[in-house]
Amino acid sequence: MELTFKFFIHFFILLPFVSFLLSLFIPKKKENALSILAYSSVGLQFLVSIFFTYQWASHGFHEINLKEFSVYQNGNYDFYLDFYFDKLTMVYLLLGSSLTFLITIYSRYYLHREEGYKRFFNTILFFFLGFIIIIFAGNLETMFIGWEVLGISSFLLIAFYRDRYLPVKNAIKVFSVYRIGDVGIILAMWLSHHLWHENISFAKLHNAEIVHDHIMQNSLVGLAIAFMFYISAAAKSAQLPFSSWLPRAMEGPTPSSAIFYGSLSVHIGAFLMLRTIHFWENQIIFKVFLIFSGLLTAIIATFISRVQSSIKSQIAYASIAQIGLIFMEIALGWEVFALVHITGNAFLRTYQLLISPSVVSYKIREQFYHFKRKQATLEDSWPKRFEYAFYILNLKEWNLDNLMYTILWNPLKKIGRNWQILNFNYVFYFIGFVILSGLIAIQFREQMPAILRHQLPFFFAFSGFLIVVKAYTEKDSVRKSLTLIMLNHVAIAIAISFNEHYDFMHNLWYLSGILVSWFVGLMVINYLRKREEWISLDQFYGHVYEHPKAGIIFLICCLGLAGFPISPSFIGEDLIFSHIHEDQIGLAFFTALSLVINGLATVRIYARVFLGPHIKTYHEVAKRSS
Amino acid sequence: MKNTFQLEKVVEKLSHYLPSQSPLKDFIHHNTLHAFQHDSFHEGLKKSSELFGYKTYLQLSEFRQLYQDAKINKLLLNRFIPSEDKSHWTTCLLEKDYSEQTNPRIGELRTQWKSQYKIDLDNFTHSTLFRITSSYLDQGISIWNFPIKDLGFLAAMRHLESNGTVSFFKKRRAKELLKNTELQIEDCLAILVGKEDLYERYLFDQQFAHPGYSGMVSVLSADAHALIDERQIDFVDWIIFECLLEIDALDAHFGEIWMPIGQHATDIRTLFGPIEMTELDEVKRIWQEAYEWTYYNEVLNGLKEKSVVEEKNPELQGIFCIDDRECSIRRYIEEGHPGVQTFGTAGFFGVEFYFQPYGSTFRTKVCPAPVTPKFLIKEQAKKAKSDKEYHFDTRSYGLAFGWILTHTMGFWSALKLALAIFKPSMNTVAVSSSGHMHSDSTLIIENTDGQVTEDGLSIGYTVNEMTDRIHALLMSIGLNQAFAPLIYVVGHGSSSSNNTHYAGYDCGACSGRPGSVNARVISHIGNHPIVRQKLKERGIEIPESTQFVPVLHDTSRDEFTYFDIEPLSKRNKERHQVNMRLFDQALDFNATERSRRFVVMNSRKAVNKVHENVKLRSVSLFEPRPELNHATNTLCIVGRRSFSRGLFLDRRSFLNSFDYEVDPDGSYLLGILNAVAPVCGGINLEYYFSRVDNQKLGAGTKLPHNVMGLIGVANGIDGDLRTGLPSQMIEVHSPMRLLVIVEHFPEVVLKTIQSNPSTYEWFLNSWVNLVAFHPIEKQFYQFSNGVFTRYDLPQEHLVYIDDAMKFVTNESENLPVVELTL
Repeated sequence: MELTFKFFIHFFILLPFVSFLLSLFIPKKKENALSILAYSSVGLQFLVSIFFTYQWASHGFHEINLKEFSVYQNGNYDFYLDFYFDKLTMVYLLLGSSLTFLITIYSRYYLHREEGYKRFFNTILFFFLGFIIIIFAGNLETMFIGWEVLGISSFLLIAFYRDRYLPVKNAIKVFSVYRIGDVGIILAMWLSHHLWHENISFAKLHNAEIVHDHIMQNSLVGLAIAFMFYISAAAKSAQLPFSSWLPRAMEGPTPSSAIFYGSLSVHIGAFLMLRTIHFWENQIIFKVFLIFSGLLTAIIATFISRVQSSIKSQIAYASIAQIGLIFMEIALGWEVFALVHITGNAFLRTYQLLISPSVVSYKIREQFYHFKRKQATLEDSWPKRFEYAFYILNLKEWNLDNLMYTILWNPLKKIGRNWQILNFNYVFYFIGFVILSGLIAIQFREQMPAILRHQLPFFFAFSGFLIVVKAYTEKDSVRKSLTLIMLNHVAIAIAISFNEHYDFMHNLWYLSGILVSWFVGLMVINYLRKREEWISLDQFYGHVYEHPKAGIIFLICCLGLAGFPISPSFIGEDLIFSHIHEDQIGLAFFTALSLVINGLATVRIYARVFLGPHIKTYHEVAKRSS
Repeated sequence: MKNTFQLEKVVEKLSHYLPSQSPLKDFIHHNTLHAFQHDSFHEGLKKSSELFGYKTYLQLSEFRQLYQDAKINKLLLNRFIPSEDKSHWTTCLLEKDYSEQTNPRIGELRTQWKSQYKIDLDNFTHSTLFRITSSYLDQGISIWNFPIKDLGFLAAMRHLESNGTVSFFKKRRAKELLKNTELQIEDCLAILVGKEDLYERYLFDQQFAHPGYSGMVSVLSADAHALIDERQIDFVDWIIFECLLEIDALDAHFGEIWMPIGQHATDIRTLFGPIEMTELDEVKRIWQEAYEWTYYNEVLNGLKEKSVVEEKNPELQGIFCIDDRECSIRRYIEEGHPGVQTFGTAGFFGVEFYFQPYGSTFRTKVCPAPVTPKFLIKEQAKKAKSDKEYHFDTRSYGLAFGWILTHTMGFWSALKLALAIFKPSMNTVAVSSSGHMHSDSTLIIENTDGQVTEDGLSIGYTVNEMTDRIHALLMSIGLNQAFAPLIYVVGHGSSSSNNTHYAGYDCGACSGRPGSVNARVISHIGNHPIVRQKLKERGIEIPESTQFVPVLHDTSRDEFTYFDIEPLSKRNKERHQVNMRLFDQALDFNATERSRRFVVMNSRKAVNKVHENVKLRSVSLFEPRPELNHATNTLCIVGRRSFSRGLFLDRRSFLNSFDYEVDPDGSYLLGILNAVAPVCGGINLEYYFSRVDNQKLGAGTKLPHNVMGLIGVANGIDGDLRTGLPSQMIEVHSPMRLLVIVEHFPEVVLKTIQSNPSTYEWFLNSWVNLVAFHPIEKQFYQFSNGVFTRYDLPQEHLVYIDDAMKFVTNESENLPVVELTL
């Protein structure tokens, strides 16, 4: 039986992967072939999962853990793929494949004749692949692959109408929140290495004794890991303080908003909390925190939902509120209950979003018969001063949308602006100096005093951080910005090289993908510059309209440059972190921050050059405000 | 400095140029560029493009492709090329490369915030402004509504600011300004702009950065009753608030030390300054005319060449709406039986009134939008309509109730979703044309002494008023003798699902409502014995055996609903049974003909199978095109049916019956053309402009649309309201102006149109084209520059097709004009 189960689990992973790959090769015009491939593969996944669930259940619901193969192994570092199946996976599998199946059929007609029909189905299948990887993941490393796929496919779906300003702007906004969630996972992985001295699998977390022992020894690290999980989960599930991205993600065609932001994507955070429940269930502080933050989210999101005058944002906030309750239920240990809640919420919100255009005719008809002017609401009974203040706060979404800007992005921009004063040549001189001195210093690291060897990495990581901030705030040259992003990776590589177990191969792993991506990216930009009058980063250019192929190649380069799991650099990223000591918090922090900004900077370049309203207006171009 | 800024004039001008689209519930087609109608068509288009950056024609490459595909005729193109320099123009038309980039004047001042001040002002103000406005105007989406509704917009904002502890503003100055009750817009502009001669320009730039909301506010400012839950929002107040948001954003960014933009503004063209026509404009004009006349020519040739149909001894008559969607169903009914005679007229059938359904306190206008009726028709039924859909229940968004719902009904949603996908059926979220009125209700139509009134509206018509109306109707369509025993009066409506623009699918002549009530009212009048008596006195004798039957045609489902069958005589009931079979067959054929445009549907199956699929489609949640509405409309034929009968016009023609012999001096014709120009012309031009610039003049694709406050749609949650038509409605449309063909003497037609200046403007400035068919000479006369001149057709052979179904289902593109039988 074990063998058959193994086969099925491989099947569940491979089917979405193969159908995604196939969908890339179907010509644009073949609407039928595209949609049939999509719904039949997802439908097959659904049918097989029903059959499998039945078989598996009749064998007594035994968890399955498949350690696949090691992608990279060195000492006690082992980056291996691991798949896992339990009741949690089962529920998410049935939920995800049934909903995706229904939505692909729905979209087959709904998107008929839409520009981007192929892109839509490509992205949906890609998304589904990411979803499946996450729910089947048996360790954090494997899950992180899916996590990244989900992030980038979300970006592409939100920016589906890439020739308008707002979808692109909001896609970047959502991506930046997701990126913060990514850091949560990266740091959790880093801390886990130190806690377990291995890449731990979720299956091992079931062993309460081991978990208990480790956490007792290192309770602070345990708490930190739990909070890192929370940050990732909260970002993906739009919990406070990240909530405001969810309504802004509703820019794509309604069915994609319905399934991803109404149900699957937004419940992935809850999945992460459930998946790691055995890790933190005995940490009382964290549990209390989770209960309160869930409750707070539920209350605030409910009030924000009450004042929404647009149907989709109303549904979005109502869904966030329920997920807040779900987080509470998870914290209280009501796992089954939470799963029922998740499923119900996912279906309800999906359907509500799908029928949302009907609200006009329905409510107008209803009003025509039952209209009462001035219906008193709960809040009308409050003292006026309080009511007004509370109303405005909710209308402004508690300033959540600005929060990220005020605490994170604006200070970064400020740093970047101060850099702006420096002439570019000086910047490169500085970087040249940093890198050169770094390379020399590494040669002599054995001779160095320990204190210096301990502090130098921080210096280089901080320099790397400054470099990437410069890249992020660069308003002019695309090529310079790209190069800075590449150099940021180099600086990080140097920083890590000072730590023991230094192995040149590690840096090769890490930088190989980066350098290739950077080089090809530059080639694409050169190609574009020969054909277009002017490209810079000061506005959106929308060049994908005339250069769709260059757009795709450049997107892939950007993903490579950001350490996306398409090149060895992805493993390198994880490797880099395994070298950071647990007392090098500053180093870890700036390396992680660099990775965040790095991702944002690359996506920003792609968006500015290729997306947004086309700079050429010989064809119809939408108003910016639309 | 002299006083150059006159607020009232500027606001009036702004409102004139902004989109004038009503809230969704009253979606009514109109000329999108109505503001330029005082200019001739091509000049107006050029002007709008120069000022606002609109695309107003197809792209040059599209025209050239049409020429390649012979959709633009070579001979006709030649006719429009200026004769003095033929070879030059030919090169320009066919080969020369032009830059079609637009470089609009609008926004030149505003963009300087970015170029000179390095601040993206729109980013700071738009989403806040939209959010507040939509919350203030919200008609029923939010659960906790805007807390102050009784004051006007600015007063409400002031009240919130003075009595609350949280502000929309960040800095002191804007707060203080808002609290000042004496605040004038000039005060704000002095801070923002500084130079008085730039005020007007600044306001234009500012408002045209978000024409959707501006247009909506300007419409609501002029007519507070446009909303069910009324709001007072004054356009100027609203602009003041936007100015305050801008001042606040600038203060927050720079502190209070920034200089007004007028101090730095450079290189700004005068918005309404002179405009130069370029060679490209001329090229586009020539292409457009040649494109239109290629088709017009085909139609005129068809009308002239087709065989004459004798309409004698009618056994069955039908009066339909002028609507282009009724063009084909009439053809199929006529072909089903030689004794059938059909008529077309504006679908409110000459009876103008408000309709008040049973159980409602509201009234809805069911006649053309500009008419203000003095009558009220009330419905009496056994029970009020109510279908609940819990998915729209606001409690589902609440915390506690939502918690219960997700655990229970959440799973029901999964089932509903699966059913909606695998087995679509009429459901509570769909709009049904029959929802307008109970089929078995009674209507109060007669007002015996004219004294029964409500709110100044007369409930029903007196006998004299009835007689006037039916007399006018029958005379205008030329049906004053030879009555068949059954006369069906067919109003129309449409069923659809997930359709925010549903009001645009119903009858345009009934203010975007189904025409069923009107059909019942006029039938009742026609059957009224005393009315018949009085008609006889006026020279129209309807035989006693003749009876009127009201019908509702659902244009998306192709279904007929018959009303008031009980009173029919026994003989007529038998006839009706036979006729129903005829109608059913015609509806099958009609659905099949329509299906050819739905590419995903197989039209070659048996007609009743195709019809079933068409019905399913109308209620499918996932179907953004329940029907294609007025897409491809290009013609309006005003004349006897025999003039066009037998000709296949591909559902592209509005058909209005009219008999020049009955109306020699054109008095009824005036009534017809007064409606045709704004209604059909309005529909045609809205389709035209939404097609050529779907982004700026249309609503873009409807797939991402989000409903804002039940009044409009936007993309996502913080976009501007979208006006015009979504791409799904216009993608198959061929952007050509309407050609009105009137069967009457040119001199009478000229006199008629000249007698109403506003109607005349449409024709004189060529926003619709006009041709008169001289009934004696059998010649066409083309109207241009105020005169009719004889139009000589190149004689072409008219193709005769005898298998209509094969012909129509072979092709999904526009079909040629042919003579056709089943």
